[in-house]
Amino acid sequence: MGNEVLLEVKNLRTYFFLDEGTVKSVDGASFDIYRGQTLGVVGESGCGKSVTARSILRIVDPPGRIVEGQILYHRGREVVDLARLDPRSDVIRSIRGAEIAMIFQEPMTSFSPVHTIGNQIIEAIRLHQDVSKAQAREQAIAMLHRVGMPQPERRIDEYPHQLSGGMRQRAMIAMALSCRPKLLLADEPTTALDVTTQAQILEILTSLQREMGMATVMITHDLGVVAEVAQWVVVMYLGRVVEVADVRSLFHDPRHPYTQALLQSIPKVGRRSRARLQPVRGMVPNPYNRPRGCLFHPRCPLSQPGLCDVVTPELVPLGEGRQVSCLRCGRGGQA
Amino acid sequence: MIQPARLAQPPTLLEVINLSKHFPIRRGILRRTVGYVKAVDGVSFRIKEGETLGLVGESGCGKTTTSRCILRAIDPSGGQVLFRQADGRMVDVTKLAESELKGLWRNMQMIFQDPYSSLNPRMTLLEIVGEPLLVQGVARGKELEDRVAELLRRVGLRPEYLRRYPHAFSGGERQRIGIARALALHPRLVVADEPVSALDVSVRAQILNLLEDLQEEFHLTYLFVAHDLSVVQHICDHVAVMYVGKLVEMAETEELYFHPRHPYTEALMSAVPKTDPDLRSQRIVLEGEVPDPGNPPTGCYFHPRCRYALEQCRSEPPRLSEVAPGHVVSCHRALELSLRGVPE
Repeated sequence: MGNEVLLEVKNLRTYFFLDEGTVKSVDGASFDIYRGQTLGVVGESGCGKSVTARSILRIVDPPGRIVEGQILYHRGREVVDLARLDPRSDVIRSIRGAEIAMIFQEPMTSFSPVHTIGNQIIEAIRLHQDVSKAQAREQAIAMLHRVGMPQPERRIDEYPHQLSGGMRQRAMIAMALSCRPKLLLADEPTTALDVTTQAQILEILTSLQREMGMATVMITHDLGVVAEVAQWVVVMYLGRVVEVADVRSLFHDPRHPYTQALLQSIPKVGRRSRARLQPVRGMVPNPYNRPRGCLFHPRCPLSQPGLCDVVTPELVPLGEGRQVSCLRCGRGGQA
Repeated sequence: MIQPARLAQPPTLLEVINLSKHFPIRRGILRRTVGYVKAVDGVSFRIKEGETLGLVGESGCGKTTTSRCILRAIDPSGGQVLFRQADGRMVDVTKLAESELKGLWRNMQMIFQDPYSSLNPRMTLLEIVGEPLLVQGVARGKELEDRVAELLRRVGLRPEYLRRYPHAFSGGERQRIGIARALALHPRLVVADEPVSALDVSVRAQILNLLEDLQEEFHLTYLFVAHDLSVVQHICDHVAVMYVGKLVEMAETEELYFHPRHPYTEALMSAVPKTDPDLRSQRIVLEGEVPDPGNPPTGCYFHPRCRYALEQCRSEPPRLSEVAPGHVVSCHRALELSLRGVPE
């Protein structure tokens, strides 16, 4: 299906060096992002999904930094390793915002409260494109119109606080997409929204993606959102990738015990069953006190003493692009 | 032996009749009232003992205000809230004097959404969970400690944690503390306002299971306020849908999910992300936004966004009427439309 790689994350490790100790937010994550497709990244709070996205854009705040790994961005003919760049270099600045853009759960992360949304979008356009102010304004209005902002000619001169939550989300998307990026990193873009607004925003994102041929990374804890928009899914747990699969396989035939447990723990809308939910056993461990061996073994029903608490599993290919990192199911799945 | 009694319908525990809460809009130096935000506008429903009623709708639809009026955390502008006492008498909560509220709160408690802001960081678990018992004069000293320890055990926390402070606990554990506090007085009605929406998916399941277990054990009645429709379907017996301060539809859960009669409910159901890529989108994407409750549209409040709206809908507000046993809808076209529910 034409899986042309746009960006490869290889063995990425991003650590935060705090007084209390080192937090290994991302600890050896690897996955590929394909051109024009949507990759869902799921996991619970603290699994490192947001830090992974921030690492790609090189906007990890100190005391966090990338300590190892590669982020290979296929830029035309050349391949740039984003992990090696200085976060303030001209190269990353020409990529950030123009070729790789990001949107957040809280739109005020993107906007300054003291400038109109128009000025901010125009600034973003003129930073990366050689156009006049008037042309940039035209583009900004067209983009606001495209994301479904009512009366964009008027709204463009309003301040972020004058807009409703859904409107701000639209304005943020308009700003992020104003330079037609190759890759959009969307970090929980609909989590704070009501279902009907969420449906509007997902609709806009998918149709714009098709139109622009852009790749999207949809970071979310909501498996329903992933099922709606993603082609490929990466499941993360404590900074590591535990499973990679196409969306249908992930929901119909999950392989990693953590993925299986997550899917069983959520109430599903539809056929009613008053059956009890099956929560994932135990709790996410303390970040300063990570388990040895497989990170999931203390909560895993398949855990085998002497194996899972000793050996750290690698991501093993299962064919057709699927990968799983589990000592108990990797080989079984291959057979 | 008690079979006949068990077969009988459980009695109504709470009946809300025509409840409304209007907040004045004040302008100018004289703070003159120039209008009202009708946050809750003529809402009626009832909950039977031991059942769970879900109250759903989008932000600003008045579901939280409704629950606060029931608890008399705020005073409603009109309507009645009838609550059945242990002796069978129905008491109108809205008519109670300030001095009588303490007695009411022995029987009605609340679980809050945010487990971080709803617990006082300077109080230990003993003080947080024990406070209702102390205030109501139920227990003190050693007995209080024992009862709090028992409550903590019941919600799945270790009784040794008695003297710890909330900061030492995760979100899910804090929510358990909030539940223990709500249950301390053995209330009969528990209002849970988005109790799991701030929690991670795997923790959410634990808390939902706990709420179900406690309901069975203590014969609790829940008013479950939430916007997550998959959670609501899982836990509720009946569901009421609100839009801009009004109740637009109410029915038994499966009936509402599979056979909605209000176009707004239909749109809500279609917008819920389904956890099956094969069901990918038959989403109905609503145009526009929820109207300002201070300046609602004419006629049916939903008509500007409704794809079935007729001329009548623009001018005439619909009334809530029963279209099937136990299924009420407020839509002019409820009987003629055939709407789509969630896929079975």
